Amino acid sequence: MKTLSECKIDHKVKVLKLNASKELKQRLISFGIMRGTTAEILKYAPGRSTMEIKVGKMKIALRTQEANLIEVETI
Amino acid sequence: MKDIKIALVGQPNVGKSMLVNSIANSHLHVGNFSGVTVDKTEVLFDHEGYHFTVVDLPGTYAFTDYTIEERVTHQYLTSGEYDLIINVMDSTNLVKNLQLTSELMSMGKNVVIALNMSDEAKKEGIDIDALRMSKLLGIPCIKVSAITKEGMGELLDALIATKELSTQNSKLVFSEPTEEEILNIEKYLAKHKHQSINSHRNIAINLLKNDKATYKLLHSDPIWTELQSIIVKGSKHIELHHNTDDVREAFAEEYLSFNKGVVEEVLTQVPSRKESSITTKIDNILINPIVGIPIFLFLMWGLFQLTFTIGSIPMDWIDGFFGWLGDTVGPLIKNDDLRSLVVDGIIAGVGAVLLFVPNIVILFIGIALLESTGYMSRVAFLLDGFFHKFGLHGQSFIPLVSGFGCSIPAYMSARILKNDRDRLLTLFIIGFMSCGAKLPVYVLLIGAFLPPEMAGNALFAIYISGAVLGLIAAKILKLTAFKGPEEPFVMEMPKYRLPSLKLVWHTVFTKTMMYVKKAGTFIAAASILIWFLSNYPHNATIDKEYESKIENAQSADMKKELANEMQSEHLEQSYLGTIGKFSEPFFAPLGFDWKMSVALQTGLAAKEVVVSTLGVLYAVGDDVDEQSNSLIGAISKNIPFASAVSFLVVIMIYLPCLAASIVFTREAGGVKYFVYLFVFTSSVAYGLGFIAYHIALRFSS
Ligand SMILES: Nc1nc2c(ncn2[C@@H]2O[C@H](COP(=O)(O)OP(=O)(O)O)[C@@H](O)[C@H]2O)c(=O)[nH]1
Ligand SMILES: [Mg+2]
Repeated sequence: MKTLSECKIDHKVKVLKLNASKELKQRLISFGIMRGTTAEILKYAPGRSTMEIKVGKMKIALRTQEANLIEVETI
Repeated sequence: MKDIKIALVGQPNVGKSMLVNSIANSHLHVGNFSGVTVDKTEVLFDHEGYHFTVVDLPGTYAFTDYTIEERVTHQYLTSGEYDLIINVMDSTNLVKNLQLTSELMSMGKNVVIALNMSDEAKKEGIDIDALRMSKLLGIPCIKVSAITKEGMGELLDALIATKELSTQNSKLVFSEPTEEEILNIEKYLAKHKHQSINSHRNIAINLLKNDKATYKLLHSDPIWTELQSIIVKGSKHIELHHNTDDVREAFAEEYLSFNKGVVEEVLTQVPSRKESSITTKIDNILINPIVGIPIFLFLMWGLFQLTFTIGSIPMDWIDGFFGWLGDTVGPLIKNDDLRSLVVDGIIAGVGAVLLFVPNIVILFIGIALLESTGYMSRVAFLLDGFFHKFGLHGQSFIPLVSGFGCSIPAYMSARILKNDRDRLLTLFIIGFMSCGAKLPVYVLLIGAFLPPEMAGNALFAIYISGAVLGLIAAKILKLTAFKGPEEPFVMEMPKYRLPSLKLVWHTVFTKTMMYVKKAGTFIAAASILIWFLSNYPHNATIDKEYESKIENAQSADMKKELANEMQSEHLEQSYLGTIGKFSEPFFAPLGFDWKMSVALQTGLAAKEVVVSTLGVLYAVGDDVDEQSNSLIGAISKNIPFASAVSFLVVIMIYLPCLAASIVFTREAGGVKYFVYLFVFTSSVAYGLGFIAYHIALRFSS
């Protein structure tokens, strides 16, 4: 299984599953990160500890730690 | 005159505050809810025989109650103390914004949708059929732009019409299994003749999606036990259909497919230039892994340079004005005591505080620009990795930077941190970010000891070292008192926008007015108190003793010297002198004389009072000739360099002010945290002040 944190810049992926706790899942969903949506990897911050993705029209920053909980497939 | 009370709801950055400014137009009266709270802002205005009250609620992505801001908004909305809701949307991102609307639709309140940013949508080639959207949702949708003021009249008309209307019916359509379960519960409620304000359908939806407020409402109803089993079964069914174990996830997916359907019908996108290409281009530079952080540091440095150089120009005028005011008003007052009260107490004290308005305005403008352009989130993104190492959170950056303006909004904005431990940790170190009120003290001391060309750099160094100390303190606290798992970091990176002058002006103006108001009330009162304490009890024998001495003095210089001596003797035996003398031994290791000790203690009330206290204390012991007229001159004459350094260090670190302490206690959730904060900051301040004093002594000797 591949997770979001393993993706390279400019890749487009489809979200398959959120392996997060209920609370974090709600948070991700409220940002539009949910099953079936597509995301594009935009940038990594210095040190690769944080990444920027684009979901729909919104740009979202998240830590690779959390991105690790998002199962994806490349499209 | 009829009243309409409106709750303004929307996701963050959709233009709620801007919109409320535009609707209310010139008859704007902005006031905060309760004292220092900036939870919700109320705006009042009149239009066509209606008295409007608009409550600007904190932005929320959804009602997950994830952050305190979301909780505040959710609580207000369920309280029902309003007539209708304006749901503000960003027209350029309908699908995402509709997720919140879907949740609003089952609350049982009438809604009007403001499709904001229609100017931007037009530019991006987006066309929305608002009429069709209104029909599909059963909610009036009005295209508006808070910037060009397009559609404001229609929005107001729609509000009035919707207010007169009976309840709207939600037109949300769900998948078949969900509709089946909703109907099931609806039937049950109807059978038992359940009485409620909200429709049975809405109640059914809320129950199925696990809405706590609705649960609570029905909890004590006799039908609850039976109903509960129906809900549990229904939710299970829906979960199964969505192949998840989380009914809220299932509902989010239901909403999404409905919303996508709506958007498909109402939105036409003319292919245009890549819409967000400007933001992407700017981001390529500003959050570049290599130059991003240097650019940020440079911008901060620039801000502090500006604060000093531009700020000092009007300062001279203000200083001159209050000098003139004292000289003009003084002779008009016959009574000696009264004249002294007005000139040395009120005018000197308040003047010393108002002197720093220009610096503060510049700092507030800088912070408002950071916020409104969207750059603040970029910095949080850049710095999260770094902050994380110190046990903080990239989003801690936002309260921390706000802390440079004023600790009170900073404490409140720490609410974006959800995890209590992370929030507490951030709350504890906000004080290390020197607030605007500490600026006058810095400006005063720097001005007294350093040449003007060094001033900007020195100021920058003070702020940076405060921040560094804060980080070290955070790390220590994280390793000791705040051990535990961290909060996840998920944050929107909003589009870059040119700052709206009106919005920047509005925030800067309100914040500055708060400062000025404080100078006029709180600080004027404190100045009077300090004046009183420094002038009484009045010992007449000192007067007598010196009167003859002065008369017999040979030269004018001698006379002047004796007069000064007399005044400082008066001061020393005043109440304030007694307090200062009493605490002097405690502060002696830091090199403070009793005047500085007093200023430090009065500074617990507010940092502005430090300057006004020094103003009152040194103005009394001073002569009125041209050079020594200004406080800066008096300070450089009377305070040794090393003492000034340790004074500065203590000011940097100890408690910001009374009001901030109150807000801190509330935000942290208990008096015991305030006690921790007091002990923590005071001991750090004392320790570092001591070290700084001794280092500075070495250097100056
Ligand atoms: N182009 C455009 N920008 C807008 C409009 N309304 C607000 N903005 C900008 O959007 C940003 C966020 O606005 P604000 O009122 O602070 O949003 P809030 O977080 O919902 O209160 C600001 O930079 C505004 O200048 C609009 O109608 N058109
Ligand atoms: Mg706002």
